[in-house]
Amino acid sequence: MKVEDPVIALRGATASLGARPVLRGVDLTVEAGETVALLGENGSGKSTAVRAVIGQVALTGGSLELFGSPLRRFRHWRRVGYVPQRSTATGGVPATVGEVVSSGRLARRGLRPLGRADRAAVAHALEQVGLADRAGDSVEELSGGQHQRVLIARALAGEPDLLIMDEPLAGVDVGSQRVLADVLRAHTAAGGAALLVLHELGPLAPVISRTVVLRGGRVETVDDPERLHDLACHPPDAAEQEPAAPHAPKIETGLLT
Amino acid sequence: MIEMLDYAFMQRALLAALLVGIAAPAVGIYLVQRRQAIMGDGIGHVAMTGVAVGFLMNGNPVWSAVLVAAAGAVAMELVRWYGKTRGDIALALLFYGGMAGGVMLINLAPGGSTAKLLPFLFGSLTTVSPSDITAIVLLSAFVLAVCLGLRRQLFAVCQDEEFARVTGLPVRLLNLLLAITAAVTVTVAMRVVGLLLISALMVIPVAAAQQVAKGFATTLALAVGIGVAVGLAGTTVSYHADVPPGATIVLLAIGVFAVVTALSLPLARRRAALAERRTGGDPDARARREDASVPS
Ligand SMILES: Nc1ncnc2c1ncn2[C@@H]1O[C@H](COP(=O)(O)OP(=O)(O)OP(=O)(O)O)[C@@H](O)[C@H]1O
Ligand SMILES: [Mg+2]
Repeated sequence: MKVEDPVIALRGATASLGARPVLRGVDLTVEAGETVALLGENGSGKSTAVRAVIGQVALTGGSLELFGSPLRRFRHWRRVGYVPQRSTATGGVPATVGEVVSSGRLARRGLRPLGRADRAAVAHALEQVGLADRAGDSVEELSGGQHQRVLIARALAGEPDLLIMDEPLAGVDVGSQRVLADVLRAHTAAGGAALLVLHELGPLAPVISRTVVLRGGRVETVDDPERLHDLACHPPDAAEQEPAAPHAPKIETGLLT
Repeated sequence: MIEMLDYAFMQRALLAALLVGIAAPAVGIYLVQRRQAIMGDGIGHVAMTGVAVGFLMNGNPVWSAVLVAAAGAVAMELVRWYGKTRGDIALALLFYGGMAGGVMLINLAPGGSTAKLLPFLFGSLTTVSPSDITAIVLLSAFVLAVCLGLRRQLFAVCQDEEFARVTGLPVRLLNLLLAITAAVTVTVAMRVVGLLLISALMVIPVAAAQQVAKGFATTLALAVGIGVAVGLAGTTVSYHADVPPGATIVLLAIGVFAVVTALSLPLARRRAALAERRTGGDPDARARREDASVPS
């Protein structure tokens, strides 16, 4: 990878689910060291865009490059950590938290067995999401938010350069959201990149470098960092400490906000 | 009890039962995890055609059954990939086609009749020939190498296929390998347990084990333990009581399942009480105990 290559470069992407066109020309670039938030109302195509980026939805037009390689030739999946939106991680057989998080290491191990470095990375990832003491518990015995944190830990365990998270805050309490903000801050400071689908920025606002709002499968607005600065300094739950600036942009992502 | 070991056919039957007891739950756990518990049944039906092909060509039916069952399992896997609509109909066609094909071909074979299929359908102690046992040992070794050696990879694929693809695992290859391994297991088991009952030995030990286990590895170990126990016990009972081994093994497995189910509730309660004492009754642990006491 050349230094100047963006981590994600999606240009003029179109995609359909079934017969229905869902992406109608999406441009999305994420550079190393950036955390980009993808916003938009329900059904606007956020998850589809993210799944297109990881190659799980075929593009019908446009182009996609990851770390400077076209998707067809991209092989370094160990550099990508993915947190799906709705958990598909429930099989018909019980699995412990540790076992699920360990599958995040397979990107690095492939078909080889896991070693000591892998176990250390799993333990570290569990610590980061505050579930270190639950490693031996069955994932079915967790609450919804804890389960979400397991999936975040699974992505972190692979120590990826690019984190892609589809609504990582869903059902996660404010304390854990702050922890995720710290994780992301450290991740981007080390040169990593992140693409997050969110409905509200919440405690993550300070770490977001750019927001992209989708509507009807097209990019509606891209907020630059200066405009976001106000929002970052005045996240909704800090409103009582500092009065919001009169011209702070309000990001409307759906009917309920 | 011990004198049954004097007979070579019983030695072979017990060895086959032991290998089947290990292999069937080891494959079955992945099918159950993927909620495809019924797949073994489908492969069993398709394998009937393979057995008949073996008779028709005057060869060993184990090898022809392996080939035809593997082809059928791969076809089922392809239906799962591409057949987004009416996949169930395609599977049903495969099931019934396999069964009808077996009956048709066996009657075309010289001196063949449907009766010749019966030992393969329900299992029989006396039919495990020395050449069969070679095939069974080799095939079991393959099944165990795949199911235990690749357990983390297969676990990831069966738990969350999309995530597994994003980690760069060869998901299609692993799925095909699992389908072929399941087909091989069915043919390994057909001599002792029978094609129509083998699916039970893939599913029931896993279903029993998962009621008391918390994780995948413990479920796998317990299920294999149960599989071995009912395999050996069933074969022994079958010899002494002169009843068909497949049915005996499956009924024993169901018995184990019932006992484990009855025991799992008090066990879960005690475990929850211990956790409660450990964590000093925090609301989190209390919620877990309430979850655990609801039979699922
Ligand atoms: N399997 C499918 N087949 C056909 N259309 C689909 C399918 N899945 C989603 N869609 C449609 O595609 C559009 C975009 O869906 P997508 O999941 O990308 O939305 P989203 O922005 O992630 O919404 P949310 O905020 O609810 O997660 C929706 O209008 C939806 O109806
Ligand atoms: Mg979505």
